[in-house]
Amino acid sequence: MPVSNYLDAINAAMFEEMKRDDNVFVLGEDVGVKGGVFGATKGLYPAFGEERVIDTPLSESAIAGVAIGAAMYGMKPIAEMQYSDFMLPAVNQIISEAAKIRYRSNNDWNCPLVIRAPIGGGIHGGLYHSQCPESIFFGTPGLKIVAPSTPYDAKGLLKAAIRDEDPVLFFEHKKCYRMISGEVPEEDYIVPIGVADVKREGTDITVITYGLTVHFALKAADDLAKEGISAHILDLRSLQPLDTDAILAAARKTGKVLVLHEDNKTGGIGAEVAAIIAEQMLYELDAPIMRLASEDVPAMPISPPLEKQFMLNPEKVKDAMRKLALY
Amino acid sequence: MAANELVSQDALHRQLGLSDERLLDMYFMMVLARKYDERALLLQRAGKINFHVSGIGQEAAQVAAAFALQKNKDYFLPYYRDYGFVLAVGMTMRELMLSLFAKAGDPNSGGRQMPGHFGDKKNNIVTGSSPVTTQVPHAVGLALAAKIKKQSFVSFVTFGEGSSNQGDFHEGCNFAGVHKLPVIFMCENNQYAISVPIAKQIGEARIADRALGYGFPGHRIDGNDVFEVYRTVKEARERALRGEGPTLIEAMVYRLSPHSTSDDDLAYRTKEEVQHHWKLDGINRLREYLLQHSLLNDELEAEGLKKIQLVIDEATDFAEKAPYPRPEDAFTHVYGDEQEGSTNAGQ
Ligand SMILES: Cc1ncc(C[n+]2csc(CCOP(=O)(O)OP(=O)(O)O)c2C)c(N)n1
Ligand SMILES: [Mg+2]
Repeated sequence: MPVSNYLDAINAAMFEEMKRDDNVFVLGEDVGVKGGVFGATKGLYPAFGEERVIDTPLSESAIAGVAIGAAMYGMKPIAEMQYSDFMLPAVNQIISEAAKIRYRSNNDWNCPLVIRAPIGGGIHGGLYHSQCPESIFFGTPGLKIVAPSTPYDAKGLLKAAIRDEDPVLFFEHKKCYRMISGEVPEEDYIVPIGVADVKREGTDITVITYGLTVHFALKAADDLAKEGISAHILDLRSLQPLDTDAILAAARKTGKVLVLHEDNKTGGIGAEVAAIIAEQMLYELDAPIMRLASEDVPAMPISPPLEKQFMLNPEKVKDAMRKLALY
Repeated sequence: MAANELVSQDALHRQLGLSDERLLDMYFMMVLARKYDERALLLQRAGKINFHVSGIGQEAAQVAAAFALQKNKDYFLPYYRDYGFVLAVGMTMRELMLSLFAKAGDPNSGGRQMPGHFGDKKNNIVTGSSPVTTQVPHAVGLALAAKIKKQSFVSFVTFGEGSSNQGDFHEGCNFAGVHKLPVIFMCENNQYAISVPIAKQIGEARIADRALGYGFPGHRIDGNDVFEVYRTVKEARERALRGEGPTLIEAMVYRLSPHSTSDDDLAYRTKEEVQHHWKLDGINRLREYLLQHSLLNDELEAEGLKKIQLVIDEATDFAEKAPYPRPEDAFTHVYGDEQEGSTNAGQ
């Protein structure tokens, strides 16, 4: 099977869907001639022209709002937010509009829109090029939210998002773009939204996570295997809807759960995952549910020692996993 | 000698109220900003710093504007290319370098923010962020405070032409127009927003003309002409202090460098285009004026450049050796009055 990095998998998903369906188009800042600041839309402009790969004015609210309008007509816009940090001017359009269009029109209108946005830190980006915005949108019914960790999942989930009839926020971790490679089949496939994936089978502890921290957990699990600790790792892949069955099954597998994410701890996805487990199987647990997430400070500072202190890494994850195993 | 004196009597700068010395100061301030920028680019290439966003090509407009304002009185909300501006209103070269190296002593953010994200209360420079144009309504708020508190200062805010398409620009302008607030909006129109050229940012229109829609004057000016910038900002300031309200200025410049050290600009514009704009550079234009008016000569220039070189070398060295923030400083100052972990503890 061909191997591709995470960024190329995202690029290929857009390319193939634009070929497959004339209604699919891309809009965003610098997505055309430049091919995006990270290169995610490279090659689309020469292939599909400036009407389907639109370099927009610097106006996120318009990017989202215009995409919503086109989607209501029946087109399939893919709006790129240059960094998820810069998505906030569009929040009104996303939460007040995209999320509520089907419901408020009593199923008369719908909004098949994809918003892609790079998330996460560790790239010396400072406060506003490093944030994880999941918790801002999480808990807004009407939105679907995905956050893949591998090239295979990224491609399959992006295709599923483009074909979906409702708005989907597609959060891609910018640190994964070139760092993570993996097998990606040539033939057309999708990864269904709302289905989690076991990335490693294990028997002592369960780690439930998504995005970049999946890789931290996998790395930590390799190291811990040498210490005789066997970790079971569930990659949520979709944050909304959450795959409740998979979460409960993974928790049951070992009875000890660590919920892990880069978004900050308070009000994060982990809080909901922990609540689901506590609600449905508290007495089957062998240890209190543990959470590891970023500190509750406004955003990640840029100075190297500060960034290092703030960012999660495989070592911090390993320490937490070991502690849980020894509980 | 006599002929020279006659020339300087009538000289444009004198007519604008700029003394010979002040004009020379202005010139060397622009050169200082340019040299800082060049050094920052070198440091980035050498791997000593991670990132730099350049202001090359915009220094003339920035410094001329700053010279028309009142240091320590007016409030300033510069954007990320405004090294010339912040130097001219009181930030030191050491401070800029501390920020570039993300060191603890950086007055802008203690090494928390990217370089070019200014903020320094002692110089009335209001802290800013990366999401563009958020500073525009803040400038309006400072001007509102001036009005309510009956203080005679203006607020001055800059932003790019791409950024003028954010809602914050329009909402801020409208608010300022309604209340006739003492605020000056200066768009540094450098003709690109990263790769997107002006023609894809705004329709067949001029940013200056938007002021009409908000009920105050807008001027498009040549940002490479320091006299025009100085005069326009000065008049806007006087107008604001008379209670007549805001002014929008669109200073036409050109971004001579790539967007940032992460950008490859030749992917979307030609070398020839960039070279053409190097010929229009405002610093050079002022230099020619100074030479023509015998305000500058080889000796003065060499002396000035040497001073600048020393200041930059000293500041680079100082900042490179300065301590980083402590790791635990990542968690301080989320709220006021912290009991533990505060960097102000014990003061
Ligand atoms: C709200 C927001 N969206 C996107 C960005 C990313 N970004 C940084 S600078 C820039 C271009 C700004 O262009 P312009 O306003 O013309 O200023 P210039 O950089 O040309 O000085 C963009 C898109 C941002 N910082 N903030
Ligand atoms: Mg610009």
